[in-house]
Amino acid sequence: MSVLTVQNLSSAYEKKLVLDSLTFSVNEGTLTGIVGPNGAGKSTMIKAILGLQPKISGSIEFFNGNEKKINQRVGYVPQRGAVDWDFPTNVLDVVTMGLYGQIGWLRFPNKKHRQLALEALEKVSMSDFAHRQISQLSGGQQQRVFLARALVQDADLYFMDEPFAGVDAKTEKTIISVLKELIDLGKTVMVVHHDLQTVPYYFDHVLLLNKELIAHGPTNETFTPSYLAQTYGGAIQWLGRDNNDRSFVQQ
Amino acid sequence: MSYAGWILLTGALVGISCGLTGVLLILRKMAMMADAISHTVLLGIVAAYLVSSSLDGGSMLIGAMLAGLLTAWLVQWFESSGINTDAAIGVVFTTLFSIGVILISTSVGNVHLDVNHALMGEISFIPWNVIELPLIGPVPSATLLLLIVTIIVALVILLFFKEWKITTFDPALAASLGFPVLLMHYVFMTLVSVTTVAAFDAVGAIMVVAMLITPAASANLWTDRLSHMFLLSALFGVASSSMGYVVAIWLNTSISGSMAFSTGLIFLISYFFAPKHGQIAKRVYKTNEI
Repeated sequence: MSVLTVQNLSSAYEKKLVLDSLTFSVNEGTLTGIVGPNGAGKSTMIKAILGLQPKISGSIEFFNGNEKKINQRVGYVPQRGAVDWDFPTNVLDVVTMGLYGQIGWLRFPNKKHRQLALEALEKVSMSDFAHRQISQLSGGQQQRVFLARALVQDADLYFMDEPFAGVDAKTEKTIISVLKELIDLGKTVMVVHHDLQTVPYYFDHVLLLNKELIAHGPTNETFTPSYLAQTYGGAIQWLGRDNNDRSFVQQ
Repeated sequence: MSYAGWILLTGALVGISCGLTGVLLILRKMAMMADAISHTVLLGIVAAYLVSSSLDGGSMLIGAMLAGLLTAWLVQWFESSGINTDAAIGVVFTTLFSIGVILISTSVGNVHLDVNHALMGEISFIPWNVIELPLIGPVPSATLLLLIVTIIVALVILLFFKEWKITTFDPALAASLGFPVLLMHYVFMTLVSVTTVAAFDAVGAIMVVAMLITPAASANLWTDRLSHMFLLSALFGVASSSMGYVVAIWLNTSISGSMAFSTGLIFLISYFFAPKHGQIAKRVYKTNEI
Protein backbone atom coordinates (compact mmCIF):
# COMPACT_ATOMS: atom_id res chain seq x y z
CA MET A 1 0.00 0.00 0.00
CA SER A 2 1.28 3.44 -0.89
CA VAL A 3 1.72 5.89 2.00
CA LEU A 4 3.05 8.75 -0.10
CA THR A 5 2.28 9.67 -3.68
CA VAL A 6 4.17 12.55 -5.25
CA GLN A 7 3.17 13.80 -8.68
CA ASN A 8 5.00 16.31 -10.86
CA LEU A 9 6.56 18.03 -7.85
CA SER A 10 8.63 21.07 -8.86
CA SER A 11 10.21 23.66 -6.59
CA ALA A 12 12.50 26.66 -7.00
CA TYR A 13 14.75 28.93 -4.94
CA GLU A 14 14.67 32.51 -6.19
CA LYS A 15 13.57 31.43 -9.64
CA LYS A 16 16.21 28.72 -9.92
CA LEU A 17 14.61 25.33 -10.42
CA VAL A 18 15.83 22.87 -7.77
CA LEU A 19 13.27 20.09 -8.17
CA ASP A 20 12.08 19.19 -11.64
CA SER A 21 8.71 17.40 -11.82
CA LEU A 22 9.34 14.47 -9.49
CA THR A 23 6.84 11.65 -9.63
CA PHE A 24 7.05 8.62 -7.34
CA SER A 25 5.18 6.73 -4.70
CA VAL A 26 6.44 5.10 -1.53
CA ASN A 27 5.09 1.84 -0.16
CA GLU A 28 4.25 1.16 3.45
CA GLY A 29 6.98 -0.47 5.51
CA THR A 30 9.89 0.54 3.28
CA LEU A 31 13.14 2.13 4.35
CA THR A 32 14.30 4.42 1.57
CA GLY A 33 17.66 6.14 1.24
CA ILE A 34 17.49 9.46 -0.61
CA VAL A 35 20.81 9.75 -2.41
CA GLY A 36 22.33 12.41 -4.66
CA PRO A 37 25.18 14.91 -4.91
CA ASN A 38 25.36 18.18 -2.96
CA GLY A 39 22.72 20.62 -4.16
CA ALA A 40 20.68 17.83 -5.72
CA GLY A 41 17.61 19.04 -3.84
CA LYS A 42 17.37 16.22 -1.27
CA SER A 43 16.49 18.42 1.71
CA THR A 44 14.36 20.63 -0.51
CA MET A 45 12.37 17.61 -1.63
CA ILE A 46 11.60 16.64 1.97
CA LYS A 47 10.66 20.21 2.82
CA ALA A 48 8.45 20.52 -0.25
CA ILE A 49 6.69 17.26 0.60
CA LEU A 50 6.11 18.49 4.16
CA GLY A 51 4.87 21.85 2.91
CA LEU A 52 7.78 23.76 4.45
CA GLN A 53 9.07 24.90 1.07
CA PRO A 54 6.73 26.34 -1.55
CA LYS A 55 6.24 24.23 -4.65
CA ILE A 56 5.69 25.57 -8.14
CA SER A 57 3.59 22.67 -9.23
CA GLY A 58 2.65 19.15 -8.33
CA SER A 59 0.51 17.30 -5.85
CA ILE A 60 1.37 15.32 -2.73
CA GLU A 61 -0.92 12.75 -1.21
CA PHE A 62 -0.34 11.05 2.14
CA PHE A 63 -1.91 7.70 3.03
CA ASN A 64 -3.94 7.60 -0.21
CA GLY A 65 -5.66 10.81 0.71
CA ASN A 66 -7.63 9.04 3.42
CA GLU A 67 -6.23 11.19 6.17
CA LYS A 68 -7.18 14.81 6.46
CA LYS A 69 -5.03 15.59 9.46
CA ILE A 70 -1.65 14.20 8.51
CA ASN A 71 0.49 16.33 10.84
CA GLN A 72 0.58 13.81 13.68
CA ARG A 73 1.15 10.88 11.33
CA VAL A 74 4.11 12.37 9.51
CA GLY A 75 7.33 12.82 11.50
CA TYR A 76 10.28 14.99 10.57
CA VAL A 77 13.87 14.98 11.79
CA PRO A 78 15.51 18.18 10.50
CA GLN A 79 19.24 18.56 10.07
CA ARG A 80 20.98 18.92 13.38
CA GLY A 81 22.51 22.25 12.37
CA ALA A 82 19.10 23.78 11.69
CA VAL A 83 18.52 24.73 15.32
CA ASP A 84 20.34 26.81 17.94
CA TRP A 85 21.70 24.35 20.52
CA ASP A 86 22.30 27.23 22.97
CA PHE A 87 18.53 27.59 23.37
CA PRO A 88 17.67 27.61 27.09
CA THR A 89 16.14 24.15 27.46
CA ASN A 90 17.08 20.61 28.40
CA VAL A 91 17.01 17.23 26.65
CA LEU A 92 13.70 16.03 28.10
CA ASP A 93 12.03 19.27 27.07
CA VAL A 94 13.23 18.99 23.47
CA VAL A 95 11.97 15.42 23.22
CA THR A 96 8.60 16.47 24.68
CA MET A 97 8.27 18.92 21.77
CA GLY A 98 7.54 15.91 19.57
CA LEU A 99 4.21 15.68 21.43
CA TYR A 100 3.26 19.36 21.20
CA GLY A 101 1.11 18.74 18.13
CA GLN A 102 -0.96 16.18 20.05
CA ILE A 103 -1.23 18.20 23.25
CA GLY A 104 -3.31 20.92 21.58
CA TRP A 105 -3.73 24.65 22.08
CA LEU A 106 -3.90 26.18 25.57
CA ARG A 107 -2.71 22.96 27.19
CA PHE A 108 0.61 22.23 28.77
CA PRO A 109 2.74 19.08 28.75
CA ASN A 110 2.09 16.97 31.85
CA LYS A 111 3.59 13.97 33.63
CA LYS A 112 2.25 11.51 31.06
CA HIS A 113 3.96 13.38 28.23
CA ARG A 114 7.23 13.53 30.12
CA GLN A 115 6.98 9.79 30.77
CA LEU A 116 6.58 9.13 27.04
CA ALA A 117 9.57 11.36 26.34
CA LEU A 118 11.65 9.44 28.88
CA GLU A 119 10.72 6.14 27.22
CA ALA A 120 11.80 7.52 23.84
CA LEU A 121 15.11 8.64 25.38
CA GLU A 122 15.56 5.11 26.70
CA LYS A 123 15.33 3.75 23.14
CA VAL A 124 18.23 5.93 21.99
CA SER A 125 20.28 5.30 25.18
CA MET A 126 20.01 8.90 26.32
CA SER A 127 18.06 8.48 29.58
CA ASP A 128 21.02 9.61 31.64
CA PHE A 129 21.02 12.91 29.81
CA ALA A 130 17.34 13.78 30.33
CA HIS A 131 18.05 16.83 32.46
CA ARG A 132 21.19 17.91 30.66
CA GLN A 133 21.25 21.36 29.07
CA ILE A 134 21.24 20.78 25.28
CA SER A 135 24.32 22.93 24.65
CA GLN A 136 26.38 20.35 26.54
CA LEU A 137 25.67 17.51 24.11
CA SER A 138 28.02 16.10 21.50
CA GLY A 139 26.92 15.97 17.87
CA GLY A 140 25.93 12.32 18.10
CA GLN A 141 23.97 12.93 21.30
CA GLN A 142 22.16 15.84 19.66
CA GLN A 143 21.19 13.53 16.80
CA ARG A 144 19.87 10.92 19.20
CA VAL A 145 17.79 13.57 20.97
CA PHE A 146 16.27 14.54 17.62
CA LEU A 147 15.58 10.88 16.91
CA ALA A 148 13.87 10.44 20.29
CA ARG A 149 11.77 13.51 19.58
CA ALA A 150 10.59 11.89 16.35
CA LEU A 151 9.94 8.54 18.05
CA VAL A 152 7.79 10.06 20.76
CA GLN A 153 5.54 11.50 18.06
CA ASP A 154 4.70 7.91 17.05
CA ALA A 155 4.16 8.83 13.39
CA ASP A 156 3.59 6.35 10.55
CA LEU A 157 5.80 8.02 7.98
CA TYR A 158 9.14 9.59 8.87
CA PHE A 159 11.45 11.91 6.98
CA MET A 160 15.00 12.23 8.31
CA ASP A 161 17.48 14.75 6.94
CA GLU A 162 21.02 13.38 7.16
CA PRO A 163 20.77 11.73 10.58
CA PHE A 164 24.09 9.95 9.99
CA ALA A 165 26.06 13.11 9.19
CA GLY A 166 29.06 13.53 11.50
CA VAL A 167 27.95 11.15 14.25
CA ASP A 168 30.00 8.73 16.35
CA ALA A 169 29.90 4.94 15.93
CA LYS A 170 27.59 4.45 18.91
CA THR A 171 25.04 6.90 17.55
CA GLU A 172 25.24 5.31 14.11
CA LYS A 173 24.43 1.92 15.66
CA THR A 174 21.57 3.39 17.65
CA ILE A 175 20.08 5.05 14.58
CA ILE A 176 20.27 1.81 12.59
CA SER A 177 18.58 -0.22 15.31
CA VAL A 178 15.86 2.41 15.71
CA LEU A 179 15.26 2.42 11.94
CA LYS A 180 14.98 -1.38 11.96
CA GLU A 181 12.55 -1.23 14.85
CA LEU A 182 10.39 1.34 13.07
CA ILE A 183 10.25 -0.81 9.92
CA ASP A 184 9.37 -3.88 12.02
CA LEU A 185 6.45 -1.90 13.42
CA GLY A 186 5.21 -1.37 9.87
CA LYS A 187 6.25 2.27 9.64
CA THR A 188 7.77 3.90 6.59
CA VAL A 189 11.01 5.88 6.71
CA MET A 190 12.77 8.08 4.16
CA VAL A 191 16.34 9.11 4.98
CA VAL A 192 18.60 11.62 3.24
CA HIS A 193 21.94 9.87 3.13
CA HIS A 194 25.40 10.89 2.00
CA ASP A 195 27.66 7.91 2.49
CA LEU A 196 27.33 5.76 -0.63
CA GLN A 197 29.31 2.88 0.87
CA THR A 198 26.68 2.13 3.49
CA VAL A 199 23.61 2.58 1.29
CA PRO A 200 23.16 -1.13 0.36
CA TYR A 201 23.50 -2.17 4.02
CA TYR A 202 21.07 0.33 5.50
CA PHE A 203 18.24 0.72 3.00
CA ASP A 204 15.89 -1.64 1.19
CA HIS A 205 14.87 1.10 -1.25
CA VAL A 206 16.84 3.89 -2.87
CA LEU A 207 15.72 7.14 -4.43
CA LEU A 208 18.37 8.70 -6.65
CA LEU A 209 17.92 12.42 -7.06
CA ASN A 210 19.69 15.14 -8.94
CA LYS A 211 17.18 17.90 -9.48
CA GLU A 212 15.12 15.32 -11.31
CA LEU A 213 14.33 11.79 -10.25
CA ILE A 214 16.94 9.42 -11.69
CA ALA A 215 15.66 6.16 -10.25
CA HIS A 216 13.52 4.88 -7.42
CA GLY A 217 12.93 1.32 -6.29
CA PRO A 218 14.42 -1.67 -4.48
CA THR A 219 18.09 -1.16 -3.69
CA ASN A 220 19.41 -4.01 -5.87
CA GLU A 221 17.60 -2.59 -8.90
CA THR A 222 18.34 1.11 -8.47
CA PHE A 223 21.68 1.29 -6.71
CA THR A 224 23.58 0.34 -9.84
CA PRO A 225 26.66 1.85 -11.49
CA SER A 226 24.76 3.21 -14.47
CA TYR A 227 22.10 4.96 -12.39
CA LEU A 228 24.75 6.28 -10.02
CA ALA A 229 26.81 7.64 -12.90
CA GLN A 230 23.67 9.34 -14.15
CA THR A 231 22.99 10.81 -10.72
CA TYR A 232 26.50 12.05 -10.09
CA GLY A 233 27.11 13.11 -13.66
CA GLY A 234 29.78 10.50 -14.27
CA ALA A 235 31.91 11.83 -11.44
CA ILE A 236 32.00 8.49 -9.72
CA GLN A 237 34.39 5.61 -9.93
CA TRP A 238 33.31 2.04 -9.76
CA LEU A 239 35.74 0.18 -7.55
CA GLY A 240 34.71 -3.41 -7.50
CA ARG A 241 31.67 -5.53 -7.50
CA ASP A 242 30.29 -8.74 -6.18
CA ASN A 243 26.74 -9.55 -5.31
CA ASN A 244 26.84 -8.55 -1.67
CA ASP A 245 29.61 -6.09 -1.37
CA ARG A 246 29.74 -2.97 -3.42
CA SER A 247 31.79 0.07 -2.93
CA PHE A 248 32.20 3.36 -4.63
CA VAL A 249 34.52 6.26 -4.48
CA GLN A 250 32.96 9.59 -5.06
CA GLN A 251 35.13 12.02 -6.96
CA MET B 1 0.14 57.85 44.66
CA SER B 2 3.09 60.22 44.82
CA TYR B 3 4.80 61.65 41.76
CA ALA B 4 7.87 59.42 42.21
CA GLY B 5 5.58 56.43 42.81
CA TRP B 6 3.89 56.87 39.45
CA ILE B 7 7.22 57.18 37.68
CA LEU B 8 8.61 54.07 39.37
CA LEU B 9 5.43 52.12 38.53
CA THR B 10 5.54 53.30 34.91
CA GLY B 11 9.21 52.35 34.66
CA ALA B 12 8.52 48.95 36.21
CA LEU B 13 5.77 48.26 33.66
CA VAL B 14 8.14 49.24 30.84
CA GLY B 15 10.67 46.84 32.37
CA ILE B 16 8.21 43.94 32.56
CA SER B 17 6.59 44.33 29.13
CA CYS B 18 9.89 44.94 27.33
CA GLY B 19 11.68 42.28 29.38
CA LEU B 20 9.16 39.59 28.43
CA THR B 21 9.02 40.53 24.75
CA GLY B 22 12.79 40.84 24.64
CA VAL B 23 13.37 37.18 25.54
CA LEU B 24 11.65 36.06 22.35
CA LEU B 25 13.45 38.75 20.35
CA ILE B 26 16.82 37.46 21.54
CA LEU B 27 16.01 33.78 21.07
CA ARG B 28 14.50 34.37 17.63
CA LYS B 29 17.60 36.40 16.75
CA MET B 30 15.50 39.40 15.84
CA ALA B 31 17.14 42.18 17.86
CA MET B 32 17.52 44.24 14.69
CA MET B 33 13.80 43.91 14.08
CA ALA B 34 13.14 45.56 17.47
CA ASP B 35 15.31 48.46 16.42
CA ALA B 36 13.34 48.74 13.19
CA ILE B 37 9.89 48.53 14.75
CA SER B 38 10.77 50.95 17.55
CA HIS B 39 11.32 53.55 14.81
CA THR B 40 8.51 52.71 12.42
CA VAL B 41 5.83 52.90 15.12
CA LEU B 42 6.46 56.64 14.89
CA LEU B 43 4.85 56.54 11.44
CA GLY B 44 1.97 54.56 12.91
CA ILE B 45 1.42 57.10 15.65
CA VAL B 46 1.54 60.06 13.27
CA ALA B 47 -0.77 58.32 10.82
CA ALA B 48 -3.17 57.47 13.66
CA TYR B 49 -3.13 61.11 14.71
CA LEU B 50 -3.84 62.31 11.17
CA VAL B 51 -6.79 59.94 10.91
CA SER B 52 -8.32 60.37 14.38
CA SER B 53 -6.91 63.81 15.35
CA SER B 54 -6.20 62.54 18.82
CA LEU B 55 -3.33 60.98 20.71
CA ASP B 56 -5.39 58.65 22.89
CA GLY B 57 -4.07 55.20 23.73
CA GLY B 58 -6.42 53.23 21.50
CA SER B 59 -5.64 54.91 18.22
CA MET B 60 -1.92 54.97 19.01
CA LEU B 61 -1.97 51.23 19.66
CA ILE B 62 -3.78 50.51 16.41
CA GLY B 63 -1.48 52.79 14.43
CA ALA B 64 1.58 51.16 15.98
CA MET B 65 0.26 47.67 15.34
CA LEU B 66 -0.32 48.47 11.68
CA ALA B 67 3.09 50.11 11.31
CA GLY B 68 4.80 47.16 13.03
CA LEU B 69 3.00 44.66 10.82
CA LEU B 70 3.80 46.73 7.72
CA THR B 71 7.48 46.71 8.73
CA ALA B 72 7.52 42.95 9.33
CA TRP B 73 5.66 42.27 6.11
CA LEU B 74 7.90 44.52 3.99
CA VAL B 75 11.06 42.99 5.46
CA GLN B 76 9.71 39.50 4.82
CA TRP B 77 8.76 40.46 1.29
CA PHE B 78 12.19 41.89 0.44
CA GLU B 79 13.87 38.87 2.01
CA SER B 80 11.84 36.44 -0.06
CA SER B 81 12.79 38.33 -3.21
CA GLY B 82 16.46 37.77 -2.41
CA ILE B 83 17.55 40.88 -0.44
CA ASN B 84 19.75 40.31 2.64
CA THR B 85 17.83 40.42 5.93
CA ASP B 86 20.07 43.16 7.34
CA ALA B 87 19.73 45.28 4.24
CA ALA B 88 15.98 44.72 4.05
CA ILE B 89 15.53 45.83 7.68
CA GLY B 90 17.81 48.82 7.18
CA VAL B 91 16.00 50.02 4.08
CA VAL B 92 12.47 49.46 5.37
CA PHE B 93 12.76 51.07 8.76
CA THR B 94 14.70 54.16 7.75
CA THR B 95 12.25 54.81 4.93
CA LEU B 96 9.14 54.38 7.08
CA PHE B 97 10.70 56.37 9.93
CA SER B 98 11.62 59.24 7.63
CA ILE B 99 8.07 59.37 6.30
CA GLY B 100 6.98 59.69 9.93
CA VAL B 101 9.49 62.50 10.54
CA ILE B 102 8.37 64.38 7.43
CA LEU B 103 4.71 64.04 8.39
CA ILE B 104 5.41 65.29 11.91
CA SER B 105 7.21 68.40 10.79
CA THR B 106 4.67 69.28 8.10
CA SER B 107 1.23 68.13 9.19
CA VAL B 108 1.17 67.81 12.93
CA GLY B 109 4.00 70.06 14.05
CA ASN B 110 1.91 71.96 16.58
CA VAL B 111 0.81 69.05 18.76
CA HIS B 112 3.00 67.72 21.53
CA LEU B 113 4.37 65.14 19.09
CA ASP B 114 7.86 66.11 18.18
CA VAL B 115 10.85 64.15 17.00
CA ASN B 116 12.81 64.73 20.18
CA HIS B 117 10.00 63.45 22.33
CA ALA B 118 9.53 60.45 20.06
CA LEU B 119 13.17 59.49 20.26
CA MET B 120 13.89 60.12 23.93
CA GLY B 121 10.51 59.99 25.65
CA GLU B 122 9.73 62.09 28.69
CA ILE B 123 8.78 59.97 31.64
CA SER B 124 8.79 62.96 33.99
CA PHE B 125 5.71 64.41 32.25
CA ILE B 126 3.72 61.22 32.54
CA PRO B 127 2.18 61.70 36.01
CA TRP B 128 0.59 64.99 34.91
CA ASN B 129 -1.46 63.63 32.08
CA VAL B 130 -4.15 61.73 33.97
CA ILE B 131 -7.50 60.24 33.21
CA GLU B 132 -10.18 59.61 35.82
CA LEU B 133 -11.01 55.96 36.39
CA PRO B 134 -14.16 54.89 38.25
CA LEU B 135 -13.39 53.54 41.77
CA ILE B 136 -9.65 54.08 41.37
CA GLY B 137 -9.41 57.80 40.72
CA PRO B 138 -6.91 59.70 38.59
CA VAL B 139 -4.37 57.51 36.80
CA PRO B 140 -1.72 58.70 34.32
CA SER B 141 -3.01 57.63 30.91
CA ALA B 142 0.43 56.40 29.75
CA THR B 143 0.71 54.20 32.84
CA LEU B 144 -2.75 52.75 32.25
CA LEU B 145 -1.87 51.98 28.62
CA LEU B 146 1.34 50.29 29.77
CA LEU B 147 -0.55 48.24 32.35
CA ILE B 148 -3.00 46.99 29.71
CA VAL B 149 -0.20 46.16 27.27
CA THR B 150 1.86 44.42 29.97
CA ILE B 151 -1.11 42.22 30.85
CA ILE B 152 -1.72 41.41 27.17
CA VAL B 153 1.95 40.55 26.59
CA ALA B 154 2.14 38.38 29.71
CA LEU B 155 -1.08 36.55 28.82
CA VAL B 156 -0.15 35.92 25.18
CA ILE B 157 3.26 34.56 26.21
CA LEU B 158 1.87 32.43 29.04
CA LEU B 159 -1.11 30.96 27.18
CA PHE B 160 0.95 30.03 24.15
CA PHE B 161 4.13 29.15 26.01
CA LYS B 162 4.74 25.82 24.30
CA GLU B 163 3.87 27.26 20.89
CA TRP B 164 6.39 30.09 21.38
CA LYS B 165 8.97 27.59 22.53
CA ILE B 166 8.64 25.21 19.60
CA THR B 167 8.29 27.86 16.88
CA THR B 168 11.34 29.65 18.27
CA PHE B 169 13.57 26.61 18.83
CA ASP B 170 12.69 24.61 15.73
CA PRO B 171 10.33 26.36 13.30
CA ALA B 172 10.68 23.57 10.71
CA LEU B 173 9.51 20.90 13.16
CA ALA B 174 6.77 23.23 14.40
CA ALA B 175 5.49 23.72 10.87
CA SER B 176 5.61 19.98 10.17
CA LEU B 177 3.50 19.39 13.29
CA GLY B 178 0.94 21.89 12.01
CA PHE B 179 1.76 24.96 14.10
CA PRO B 180 1.09 28.24 12.25
CA VAL B 181 4.68 29.45 12.27
CA LEU B 182 4.16 32.48 10.03
CA LEU B 183 1.04 33.61 11.90
CA MET B 184 2.97 33.38 15.19
CA HIS B 185 5.70 35.50 13.63
CA TYR B 186 3.20 38.24 12.84
CA VAL B 187 1.53 37.93 16.25
CA PHE B 188 4.95 38.37 17.78
CA MET B 189 5.69 41.41 15.60
CA THR B 190 2.38 42.85 16.81
CA LEU B 191 3.42 42.26 20.41
CA VAL B 192 6.71 44.05 19.80
CA SER B 193 4.84 46.96 18.20
CA VAL B 194 2.33 47.44 21.01
CA THR B 195 5.04 47.06 23.64
CA THR B 196 7.12 49.66 21.87
CA VAL B 197 4.33 52.17 21.49
CA ALA B 198 3.23 51.74 25.10
CA ALA B 199 6.77 52.36 26.29
CA PHE B 200 7.15 55.24 23.83
CA ASP B 201 5.94 58.05 26.09
CA ALA B 202 8.12 56.85 28.90
CA VAL B 203 11.45 56.05 27.31
CA GLY B 204 11.18 56.91 23.61
CA ALA B 205 12.00 54.96 20.49
CA ILE B 206 15.73 54.59 20.99
CA MET B 207 15.79 53.76 24.69
CA VAL B 208 13.03 51.20 24.24
CA VAL B 209 15.52 49.11 22.27
CA ALA B 210 17.76 49.03 25.33
CA MET B 211 14.82 47.92 27.47
CA LEU B 212 13.83 45.23 24.95
CA ILE B 213 17.23 43.73 24.26
CA THR B 214 19.56 44.21 27.19
CA PRO B 215 17.64 42.69 30.13
CA ALA B 216 16.83 39.63 28.00
CA ALA B 217 20.43 39.29 26.83
CA SER B 218 21.52 39.49 30.49
CA ALA B 219 18.95 36.89 31.57
CA ASN B 220 20.22 34.53 28.88
CA LEU B 221 23.56 34.43 30.71
CA TRP B 222 22.01 33.39 34.04
CA THR B 223 19.78 30.46 33.21
CA ASP B 224 19.21 27.42 31.00
CA ARG B 225 15.44 27.39 31.42
CA LEU B 226 13.12 29.38 29.22
CA SER B 227 10.59 30.14 31.97
CA HIS B 228 13.37 31.39 34.24
CA MET B 229 14.72 33.51 31.43
CA PHE B 230 11.36 35.28 31.12
CA LEU B 231 11.17 35.93 34.87
CA LEU B 232 14.76 37.11 35.16
CA SER B 233 14.45 39.36 32.13
CA ALA B 234 11.35 41.06 33.54
CA LEU B 235 13.11 41.38 36.90
CA PHE B 236 16.20 42.94 35.30
CA GLY B 237 13.89 45.31 33.40
CA VAL B 238 12.23 46.46 36.63
CA ALA B 239 15.59 46.76 38.40
CA SER B 240 17.05 48.82 35.55
CA SER B 241 14.16 51.24 35.44
CA SER B 242 14.12 51.77 39.21
CA MET B 243 17.88 52.10 39.40
CA GLY B 244 17.80 54.47 36.43
CA TYR B 245 15.28 56.71 38.15
CA VAL B 246 17.32 56.89 41.34
CA VAL B 247 20.50 57.67 39.42
CA ALA B 248 18.72 60.31 37.33
CA ILE B 249 17.43 62.09 40.44
CA TRP B 250 20.82 61.85 42.10
CA LEU B 251 22.76 63.22 39.12
CA ASN B 252 19.88 65.40 37.90
CA THR B 253 20.04 63.91 34.41
CA SER B 254 17.79 62.26 31.80
CA ILE B 255 15.61 59.53 33.33
CA SER B 256 15.30 57.42 30.19
CA GLY B 257 19.02 57.74 29.57
CA SER B 258 19.82 56.52 33.08
CA MET B 259 17.37 53.64 32.71
CA ALA B 260 19.00 52.49 29.48
CA PHE B 261 22.41 52.92 31.07
CA SER B 262 21.31 50.73 33.99
CA THR B 263 20.34 47.92 31.63
CA GLY B 264 23.86 48.11 30.21
CA LEU B 265 25.32 47.99 33.72
CA ILE B 266 23.28 44.88 34.58
CA PHE B 267 24.42 43.28 31.34
CA LEU B 268 28.06 44.04 32.12
CA ILE B 269 27.74 42.46 35.58
CA SER B 270 26.00 39.42 34.07
CA TYR B 271 28.58 39.12 31.32
CA PHE B 272 31.36 38.69 33.85
CA PHE B 273 29.72 37.22 36.94
CA ALA B 274 26.68 35.17 35.81
CA PRO B 275 27.15 31.70 37.32
CA LYS B 276 26.01 29.80 34.19
CA HIS B 277 27.51 31.54 31.20
CA GLY B 278 29.48 34.47 32.61
CA GLN B 279 33.10 34.90 31.53
CA ILE B 280 34.52 34.09 34.97
CA ALA B 281 32.39 30.96 35.35
CA LYS B 282 33.55 29.81 31.92
CA ARG B 283 37.19 30.33 32.86
CA VAL B 284 36.71 28.39 36.08
CA TYR B 285 35.05 25.48 34.25
CA LYS B 286 37.85 25.40 31.73
CA THR B 287 40.54 25.37 34.42
CA ASN B 288 38.73 22.57 36.23
CA GLU B 289 38.56 20.48 33.07
CA ILE B 290 42.31 20.77 32.58
